[in-house]
Amino acid sequence: MAVQSTTQSGRPGALRPKVRKPRIGRVIGDSPAGRVIRIYVPLLLFLVVTLFPFYWMAITSFKSASELFDFSVSPLWVRDPTLAWYQHLLTQTNFPHWALNTAIVAIVSTLISLFCSVLAGYSLARLRYRGADSIGWGIFVTYLVPPTLLFLPLTFVIRELHLFNNLWALILTYPTFLIPFCTWMLMGFFKGIPHELEEAALVDGATRIQAMLRIAIPLAVPGILAAALFAFTLSWNEFLYALIFMNDSLVKTIPVGVTQELIHGDEFFWGELMAAALLGSVPVAVLYSFFVDYFVAGMTAGAVKG
Amino acid sequence: MGTATRADAVPAWHQRRVRIYDREAPLGYFLLLPTLVVLGIFLLYPFLFGIWLSITDSELGNVGKFIGLGNYRFEFRNTDGVFYGAVINTFLYTGVTTVFKLSLGLVMALLLNQIFPFRRFVRAALLLPYIIPTVLSYEAWRWMFDPTFSVINWLLVNTHLVHYPGPNWLGVPANAMAALMIVNVWRGTPFYAISFLAGMQVIPVDLYEAARVDGASRRQQFINITLPLLRPVLLVVLLLSTILTFADFQGPFVLTNGAPYNSTQLLSIWAYQWGIPGGAIGLGAAISLVLFPLLTIVVAVVLFMLRRPE
Repeated sequence: MAVQSTTQSGRPGALRPKVRKPRIGRVIGDSPAGRVIRIYVPLLLFLVVTLFPFYWMAITSFKSASELFDFSVSPLWVRDPTLAWYQHLLTQTNFPHWALNTAIVAIVSTLISLFCSVLAGYSLARLRYRGADSIGWGIFVTYLVPPTLLFLPLTFVIRELHLFNNLWALILTYPTFLIPFCTWMLMGFFKGIPHELEEAALVDGATRIQAMLRIAIPLAVPGILAAALFAFTLSWNEFLYALIFMNDSLVKTIPVGVTQELIHGDEFFWGELMAAALLGSVPVAVLYSFFVDYFVAGMTAGAVKG
Repeated sequence: MGTATRADAVPAWHQRRVRIYDREAPLGYFLLLPTLVVLGIFLLYPFLFGIWLSITDSELGNVGKFIGLGNYRFEFRNTDGVFYGAVINTFLYTGVTTVFKLSLGLVMALLLNQIFPFRRFVRAALLLPYIIPTVLSYEAWRWMFDPTFSVINWLLVNTHLVHYPGPNWLGVPANAMAALMIVNVWRGTPFYAISFLAGMQVIPVDLYEAARVDGASRRQQFINITLPLLRPVLLVVLLLSTILTFADFQGPFVLTNGAPYNSTQLLSIWAYQWGIPGGAIGLGAAISLVLFPLLTIVVAVVLFMLRRPE
């Protein structure tokens, strides 16, 4: 078997396809002690550094105002946990509105982006026509025009459309950075679907559109899910456009509301701020814990085949 | 490599299909229509309009008149070197963080590719910084960097690594830049790791087995198998990440907003400060447009460094 695979490796191109997830990891340390040093210790370090800010966020949100600034005893634990910050956040601020706005914007802009990029991804990956390659490149090149470059002229576009302080301003602008990424990811998935499947349908008398709707798109569902996850997170996180287009407190999204309205002058209400940060993070964190595998699959398809 | 496989694949199925369905072009363009409309209105048009704005004296909410290169002249000459500082900071910020994210991401991916208990949980946990809304986690970091109640300093002082009261993280120029970079690396590393991990998982195990049979050490396997086969992933990840870091706005805006004394000023932040609170949209557009040629250069460098060795 080893011999066979060495002959295979003679041509690098032949290695690429379809060998999926070896379940066996490459064992680095052979002895148990070696494994501890080479795997567990660095993993633990990564975990501590990665998770500490979230831990700090969480325990801060349960501390009372006096305990927050009391560093005489270890600040790493809560002595008198309280839900006062959460209560204040949910009843005395517009946080519930922000949460609803963020959810609406994220869901609708994700759906719009998916609609556009499923069609575009299919078209670019499966159909042959003049200019397909250059358009594909063109969509990728839009990465060179990030929101930082667009937000100032966009204020005029949004004003012309009378969309200031209107969630549609965000729903319509977010796809500009969602579509390119989703299209690119989905192209990878569509390329991975064998052409024979669609051709069989065409031979049996299906139209091209039927072949797309009934065969290619259902087979690309894992990719569509990965793209959806990505788009949802990116729109949930977006800050710059929301900061500029939404000035009225009731239409703000979580990131903007939390950074702009929970700080009064120089006074930071860290307990409340951290409670809001935690609540604002929960939806995406939960979503990810369920779909992390799709996420990895999406990266694979996009990066390796694209 | 991707193009080679595609070119190989074209003739066989393509010819057959052309006979069955020779009119793919109309459908192809039709399916692209929604994408092109959205990108045209909200991306291409604003981009071109931005170029026009940068040569006018426009203000918030009203398009001004043509003033030639006045905004650029002001930007380059009359801002006490803030422009050059911002350019240098932008490059420094992108360069330093990219090196760290790349190497730490690679280490993280190698670790996650091993077998150990609670693997799924650990993988999800290490991804968190990338997923959690940036400004929210950056608020937590700002609290951790608090001038008087910094938990980081409390830890450093109590483990006797620094003397009381510890560094003033966000108030001193060099520290503020370091803080900005640390948090960016913290947030960006998982993206590299997860992409590398995805790339590693499609490398056939056979290759490693064959290499082991031939007596290759782990380091040799890494250098001769893992790294070369990761190149396509590396290219995409580096491209995306450098572009996003170069134009980064939200993190630095929350953490330092250019302070203290413009020492952490980045082009993106500076453009915002002039354009929105300052109301000088024309000048802001001129500043942010400088990002475009610089980004193109950065992308060209990345593409050049990772070109296929042939």
